[in-house]
Parts: sequence; structure tokens; C-alpha cells
Amino acid sequence: MSWLSLTWANLTRRKLRLVFTLLSIILAFLMFGMLDALRTSLSESVNLTGADRLISLSKVSIIDSYPLSHYEKTRAVEGVDSVVHLNWFGGVYKEGTMQIPVFPMNVEEFFKVYPEVKITPEEFDAWKKDRQGMVIGTVLAERYGWKKGDRLPIKSSIFRKANGSDTWEFNIVAIYNVENSAGWDNQSAMFHYDYYNESLQFGRNEIGWMTIKVKDPAQSEAVAKRVDTLFANSADETKTGTEKAFTKQFMEQIGSIGKILVSVVFAVFFTMLLVTANTMAQSVRERTNEIGVLKTLGFSAGAVLRLIIGEALFLTIVGGLIGFGLAILAVGGLAPTMKKYFPIFEIDSSTLVVSLVLMVVLGVITGLWPAVTAMRLKITDALRKG
Amino acid sequence: MANSFSQIGAVTAMNVRNIPERWASSLVAVVGIAGVTLVLIAVLSIAAGFRQALELSGSQDVAIILRSGATNEMSSGFGQEGVTIISDAPGVRRVDGKPQVSAELYVLTEAKLRGKESGGNLPFRGVSQTAPKLRKSFKLEQGTMMREGTNEIIVGKGVVANYEGLQVGKTVRWGNGDWKIVGIFSDDGGIAESEAWGDARLVQQVWGRGASFQSVRARLDDDSDATLKKLKDSLTKDPRVQVAIKREPEFYAEQQAVMNTLINGAGWVFAFMMGLAAIFAAVNTMFNAVASRVREIATLRALGFGAMPVIFSVLFESMLLGATGGLLGGVLAFIFLNGMQSSTMNFQTFSQITYAFTVTPELMVKGVIYGLLLTFIAGLLPGIRAARMPITSGLREL
Repeated sequence: MSWLSLTWANLTRRKLRLVFTLLSIILAFLMFGMLDALRTSLSESVNLTGADRLISLSKVSIIDSYPLSHYEKTRAVEGVDSVVHLNWFGGVYKEGTMQIPVFPMNVEEFFKVYPEVKITPEEFDAWKKDRQGMVIGTVLAERYGWKKGDRLPIKSSIFRKANGSDTWEFNIVAIYNVENSAGWDNQSAMFHYDYYNESLQFGRNEIGWMTIKVKDPAQSEAVAKRVDTLFANSADETKTGTEKAFTKQFMEQIGSIGKILVSVVFAVFFTMLLVTANTMAQSVRERTNEIGVLKTLGFSAGAVLRLIIGEALFLTIVGGLIGFGLAILAVGGLAPTMKKYFPIFEIDSSTLVVSLVLMVVLGVITGLWPAVTAMRLKITDALRKG
Repeated sequence: MANSFSQIGAVTAMNVRNIPERWASSLVAVVGIAGVTLVLIAVLSIAAGFRQALELSGSQDVAIILRSGATNEMSSGFGQEGVTIISDAPGVRRVDGKPQVSAELYVLTEAKLRGKESGGNLPFRGVSQTAPKLRKSFKLEQGTMMREGTNEIIVGKGVVANYEGLQVGKTVRWGNGDWKIVGIFSDDGGIAESEAWGDARLVQQVWGRGASFQSVRARLDDDSDATLKKLKDSLTKDPRVQVAIKREPEFYAEQQAVMNTLINGAGWVFAFMMGLAAIFAAVNTMFNAVASRVREIATLRALGFGAMPVIFSVLFESMLLGATGGLLGGVLAFIFLNGMQSSTMNFQTFSQITYAFTVTPELMVKGVIYGLLLTFIAGLLPGIRAARMPITSGLREL
């Protein structure tokens, strides 16, 4: 009888137990794969930011604005390629209480700074011609059921028009979908700064922040410094940094999600360790007599040890591979939906390596104690039991 | 009937007495359930901390008044005239002829978060001396109250815990102004603990806000709907102001809607998946427990014990482990997590909300119930199997 068939016979002696143990290991690796995809999508998004983009905010805080004149001055700074200026509009649709990210901006420059966001040249022309034209992301379009050609009233929770109304009218001229970018998302809407600025009751000629594209990414830091120096000691100082630093700070402020995910994964594996170890221990206990027989037949202590650790490894590797395979399928299935919200959502190849190592480690640890117990059994004691 | 009860009692008691014989696998089940419960309670305690910070920090008899259309304090705005009109409105409580209102500004500044590389958006509130009276449980914990017309500020307990270097005696530079921290206050875990408070006039000056405010909190005569309606009617009819009036708890509940859905959703998804894994573990444990007692159960059945008492005894043992595990998880959560300070972003204002993990008694009860539920499911199958086993083959087993 080969090793494999002996292991198989041992594993299947209690089929129900085999099934439940495998299920819990499968579940553990399924969760591991999915949580890790989530964790990487959160941490890796920082690396998908534009290396050639800088964000320039008011030094006071992210909500404070500065004069429009900063824009022209910044464009003239050495090393600057193009600049888009944006405002937080505080858009609200109908009776909603949630603000929609709607940004008045200089639309001509937007696609230079964010080339990964794409609409057709015809749509771009139509947008430039339509003062009330608005371009929206797919997520926003799906959420509210908006279509190209729709005319929308959107309220601002902050600004009023000179005539006292808080409602702006827009025409949707294009819908974009951007992937693999941490700089821009699919939940935003963009429209002409001029339309916004000229209708305002108060706060005219103010801009919220600028996104600057630099000519040479290697010069980012230097350009950022030049911009800040330009406005230093004025009433409206700026704080300019890379898009990466900005994204990182934003993620950090959401909280320690990564830490929480790692703790959950740890808890899952700890539980699995216990379950598998328990199963192995029980299975060896039941077979005390048999092990005595094996030893009588001439199986060495080492052979018995290998046999039992082999069983444990079989459980964790088979269960682990199935679970991880399911995780790959699940992540693949969720990816189209998740990619609308996260720049990436996939299982990293390094995660596969980690999970293979985990399978082996889990198998060895859980098999070790029962295996050593079995190895040390004296034949006479073993045969007498049961 | 009486006979079957006494049978249940006898078999169950015997079972429970035997648990120590199977301590290893029972312990695994208990620890497994404890682990799952711990994760569940941990996540839900974040939600509870949030509730403490927002919903529960509001008073029913305090109305928060914003400019109509504003979704939060940051997007709202009033002139001095608006504040005066609100103060004079019917339904606002007066003490010694003085209206109990607090006109406030809400701006953001930046301060370095503890353990993080970058800064967090710290809410800085411009207030007058009446502001503490309109908070539910305002208490000065350390130092002194800020004085009117000075650059003195006080900071919330959550701010001290989550940001670096914001202690009494320190001077900070926020928005082109220097501010001196003179006190630390608490508000029973409420949202005010996430904020720093300075003199409203100075905040207006430094932030170039003229004489404008962003929100007005008003204490009402009482918490009845009639009083609130009286105030609403009077102000909405007044053409000089355009306002939206809400009770504080209602306003705060809206502010936390996104985060609450997220946390509660994620909490239960984790708990469900881990719970499944724990059920499998417990099923194995109970199968093992039954397997090691096959002969004993068959003997009982041969002696005339019914199937029900056997099922019941297995279920009872299983759920005993579940309750123990659930309780253990709850206690561990309480010891290690309760009161732990953390912060996250309020997506309405992009400011940081500080909160404390709050392990409430209700959460611990939830944990035990969850443990019981998991082990009830897990015990059912092995129990039925034990009861249905043919007596003769059971007696022949090892």
C-alpha cells in the first residue's frame, strides 16, 4: 500500500469530519484571499497616483479657498506643465442629504492634467460650447439613473446664485469611466468654473485647490517648493505636495482599516489552527490501536510521524487551495463592481505565495503534536487500548 | 412527561460532568467561539462608540439651526442679524431674560495625528461662553476655561488622545493665528470631544469671516413637538432668515449615516463568515464528543432512555460551550478594547471624529447569544445522529 492511499484511507475513515474540517479551512483561505484583496486595494492605490501631479491646497486647511489669481501665477512657475483649478460645490440632488462631489473647474485644462479620464473629442467640443454642460462618472450615472442629454437641477449646500436661488441647471454632455487611477474617481461631476463664478452671490473669484501637472516627475518636489515660495507670506499661503502624499494622508484619516483587516485575518487563522489541530488529535486518539498495529508491522517512529503530518498537510493544502481558488473567483467576479470605487481590486501574486506558505505552516503545526504523541506510543500500550 | 424530564436531567448532568474528560476538544470549541465573538464585538463596539459620539451626544431639547439647504455646519452660514432673530424667537428658553443660544463657527485646521505620518483635519469651533451650557455633559477635565476675547482655546479629550502635542500650556499656530491651549474638556464621549474651541470673535477675524456664524444651537422651553413647531413656524415665516431646524439627535444621526452602514455591514459580514467557520469547528467537537461516547449512549438507550433526552443532552453541552465562549469573547473585548481611542473621517465635513471603542453590556449579551446560536446549529446534527444510532451497533463499537 502506498503512502498516499494509506493517508487517504485514514482521512476518509470519518467522512463527515473530513468534510467539516475541509470546509472550515476552505472558508479561512477564502476570507484570507478576499480580505487581502481589499487590503491591497487600499494600500496599493497610493502607488497608482500620478507621479507627475501635485495638489496645492490652502495652507490653513483643505476647506479654505484662495484667490483665482493664484492660478495664473502658478501656470507661470518653472516646471509646471498644466494646472486645473477646482472648487468644492457641495452638490445635493433633490431631497438628498448626502453631498455629491461636483466640481466647477477650468475644463480645458482638466484632461491635460488627468489624461486617464477620457471622453470623445466630439463630447469634449460639445462640453466646451455648452456653458451649462456637465461631465459625470459612471457610478454617479448609475446611482441616480442619469443619462447623456439629461437636464439636471443640482442644488449647492453652500453657494447661492446672485438671484437668491441655490439651484444650478446642467446638461449632461458625457459620461466617463476611469480605471486604475487613484487621482480621479467615477463618482464625480465636473462643470464650467465660469458658469459657477459668474452666477455666485458671494465668494466670487475664489478657487478651492489646484492640481498641477509637472513637466518632469523627478522635479515634483522642487516645483512644489517653488509654488509655495511664490505665495509665502501672503494672506493666502499654499501647501503643495504630491498627489501620492495627499492620497496617503486621506487614507490615513479614514482610519486604520488595514490594521483591522490584518487582525481579522489573524483571528480567522488562529481559529483554523485550533480546529485542524483538534481534528488531527481526535483522529490520532481514535487510532491508537491501529498505530500499535502499524508499529508492530515494522513502521518506524519516523514513518508514523510522517504519516500523520502528511495527513494534516493534505487537509490544509487541499482545503487551502480550494479556498484560495474560490477567493480568486470571487475577487474576479467582484472586480468590475469594485473597480468603480477602488482603483484596483485583485489578488496580488505575492499573496498566493504567502498563502502557500501558510498552508504548509498550518499543516505542520497542527499535525506535529498528534504526530509526536503517536510516535512516542509504546506498541504494548497502544495495542492494549480501546 | 415527568419521566422524560427527569431523563433529560439525568443524561445532561452526566454529560456535563464528563466534559473535563474531553477538555482538549471542548477548549478548542470554546476558544474558537470566543475568537469569533471577539471579532464581532470589536467591530460593533466601533459602531457603539460612534453612536456615543454622535447620536447620543445630542439632547432632545436642543435644536440645531442651519441655513436652509446646508447639509452640515460647514456649508451653513448666518449673519449677526440671523442670530439675533433666532435668539428672539418663541420656544427658545430664557434664563434670567437671557436666551439660551450659542452661535458658533466651524472651521478646519490641521494637526499631526498620533502614530501617523501626516496630519488630520481637526475641527476648530468658534464659540462663546454659552457653548458649554448647550452640550449635554460638558466638563472641564483639566486647566481652565478659555476667556472671552483672548486667544485661549480648550481642546476635547479625544483630540488630546488622537493628536500629537496638544496639551495644556502648548501654543499652536492655526490659520495665521496663535492659540494657547488652557484646558481640556470631556462630553461623555460626545462629538465635542473631537473638537478644539476658541473665541468666536477671534476665529471670525483670523479666518476672515466678518461677523458671520455657521450654526446656532438653541435650548428649547421643553422637548415637546409643540415647542419645536412653534420655533419652526416662527422662523420659517420670517422672510429675513432662511433656516433649517433639527433636533440635535436627528442632526447627528444624519451625519453618521454612511459610517454606520459601513461599520455595521462589515461587522456582520465578518461575523457571519467567521461564524460559519466556528460552526464547522463546533460540529467537529460535538461529533467527537458523541463519537467518544457511542457505547455509553447505546447503553442508555438500551436501559430505556428516549431519543429526546440524548439529543437534548448533546445540544446542552454544545450550547454550554457556546455560552462560555461567547462570554469569554465579551470579557476579552471589554478588557482589551473598551475605551480604546481612535478616529476616522466624517465624510460630510472631511473632519476627524474621535471615538472610543465602547463595549456595552448589550454588546456582551449579543456576543453570548451569538455563541449560543452558533453552537445550537452545531450541536443539532451530532445530537440527532447520536439519538438515531442503532443500539446494537452502538454497543458493539469500540
